[in-house]
Amino acid sequence: MTTQHDKVDVLIVGSGASGAAAAWSLAETRMRILCLEQGDWMKSDQFPSNGRDWEARRHGDFDILPNRRARAADYPVNDDNSLMKVANFNAVGGGTVMYTAHWPRLHPSDFKVKSLDNVADDWPIDYWTLEKFYEENDRMMGVSGLAGDPGVPPRHPPMPPIPLGKTGSLYGRAMNDLGWHWWPSDTTVATTEYEGRAACINLGHCTPGCAQGAKASTDITYWPLAIRAGVELRPNSRVREIATGPDGMATGAIYYDADGREHFQPAEVVILACNGVGTPRLLLNSVSDKFPNGLANSSGLVGKNLMMHPWPVISGYVQQPLDGGRGPITSIWSKQFYETDPARDFVRGYMLQFNRGTGPASQAILSVGAGQLPWGRDHHKTYRELLDHRVAIGVACDDLPEEHNQVTLDPVLKDSNGIPAPKIDYTISENTRRMMEHGIARAEEILNAAGATRIHCSRTVLNYPGHLLGTARMGTDPARSVVNEWGRSHDVKNLFIVDGSVFVTGGGVNPTSTIQATALYIADQMKQRLANLFD
Amino acid sequence: MSLSETDRRTLAAVAAILIPADSALGMPSAGDPAILADIERSIGRDGAAVAEILTGLGGANEATILDRMAEPDTAARLFGRLVLGAYYRDDRVLAALGHEARAPFPKGYVLDQGDWSLLDPVKQRPIFWRKDA
Repeated sequence: MTTQHDKVDVLIVGSGASGAAAAWSLAETRMRILCLEQGDWMKSDQFPSNGRDWEARRHGDFDILPNRRARAADYPVNDDNSLMKVANFNAVGGGTVMYTAHWPRLHPSDFKVKSLDNVADDWPIDYWTLEKFYEENDRMMGVSGLAGDPGVPPRHPPMPPIPLGKTGSLYGRAMNDLGWHWWPSDTTVATTEYEGRAACINLGHCTPGCAQGAKASTDITYWPLAIRAGVELRPNSRVREIATGPDGMATGAIYYDADGREHFQPAEVVILACNGVGTPRLLLNSVSDKFPNGLANSSGLVGKNLMMHPWPVISGYVQQPLDGGRGPITSIWSKQFYETDPARDFVRGYMLQFNRGTGPASQAILSVGAGQLPWGRDHHKTYRELLDHRVAIGVACDDLPEEHNQVTLDPVLKDSNGIPAPKIDYTISENTRRMMEHGIARAEEILNAAGATRIHCSRTVLNYPGHLLGTARMGTDPARSVVNEWGRSHDVKNLFIVDGSVFVTGGGVNPTSTIQATALYIADQMKQRLANLFD
Repeated sequence: MSLSETDRRTLAAVAAILIPADSALGMPSAGDPAILADIERSIGRDGAAVAEILTGLGGANEATILDRMAEPDTAARLFGRLVLGAYYRDDRVLAALGHEARAPFPKGYVLDQGDWSLLDPVKQRPIFWRKDA
């Protein structure tokens, strides 16, 4: 038996980066807004850094990979046919609970890759359209950083940057010796008290939740304000499909509660905010006579063009002890190789992300994995040479869209509610391969300049971090895109998508800042068009 | 997951080979009873990997154990991670390494500001992000 609920004006599916931003923005309309979230609220005293097993839990109930983590709120993903693995988190706050808080924006050129480099497609909007929403989002999430970076357009972080520490200073010296650009990273780690959040105390373990509450996640930034403004958030509610009526409009969502009971939530408007895998999965599961290939899929592009950011990490060890696991892993970035250079054998470029160290167990695990720390009799002697001496640079490669990189429905695998699970097919393009090798070589130069030895890079372990973008792309042509230039489905005029699925290209940076700026932009467009939203 | 007595003996032998004691450095062996108990408590999601490793290494000598753990497969990686995770949170191990044996929260750590003057030459660079028009 299905429980019927009262109709709401706006139903948002997913409470993570984009769903929270959209909910908060739309709250001022005083419409009745409801968000369904498959996970529960997190409590900061449950985060790993409260306990002595904090490093091990990173590989357990706080692993970034849902297949490994396998919490009750997680759904399985068949990513056997992908070198990159899906990273996500399912709770109120979504992936912002489980992220490293690195906060670069896309560059203006990222929105114009067809015009500038004759590859892929331009976005139907540009950087300058999003600029005020980037700024608004930086204030809402609380960003630490330093204005004046010559490598990026102007921005105004409201808090000072994270200290350079020994590790950032080492990198800075090496980059200066090479004459290459670097700058303290923007992050959403609060370096001062900010809007009720405590300042960072350098727990050194930002990704799997911040026990201090210094790292921004939407459960502690957007959601308290949205709820205070009247938005309802219903956790432990897993949506199976979006229902449609005879007129082809969305009528609401069918979902399961924590006890597996089926509900129907009617709505005037439906907004999907389930990330670049969850959203196409939901659309492909929403099959009807009118939409036999899935909802909003007349273009056939739902699930196509998945972009995941191949991200090789190059590590080494220096003579002097550094910060180790004390302090956020984020340190500095470099945009030296971000923009297209015709002299190179690839188009587009990459950001370098310079990491601080990790805790004692993680350092041992990473060092064994890199073949630098032996088992047996030499273990202790070598470990003492390596502990707190490790440096690592990530190469965040621009990931251009290719239709064969895709999310489909697995014919066998299902989640705990019997909903078909997503299947990922993803290969790395030749352009990206060449970009990766260029970045690896530059990172090795940097580590050499820093005095590092035992330099190592894996070409196969690339799941740092498996961003999820592009699978319901934005565009003006209904044959070549899923949503229009303001986020509305071309096919279903009361269905909107606000998450990373709408990205046309991926850029070479962590995407959360742009995901949220885009969600705020789409919400703003909706507010401006309320009188004729479905025209 | 709880181990059989046979597997427990194998685990103790394998762990002691992987990380032997070093009395001069004050480091216990990973085959130490307290660390073994922590490893066993922590098996959780790694039950299959542990079973695969222990089944293959019952009665094995040092060279065989080290050769097996050098193989680049999932079982060796997960088993190794389990042993290291338990070993490097042991109070005695952390104390011998000069680390405090505590959770990061609530005390936290101090992170030096570092040398911000290093940024001066970067500040002098002209803007170089690419214009889009």
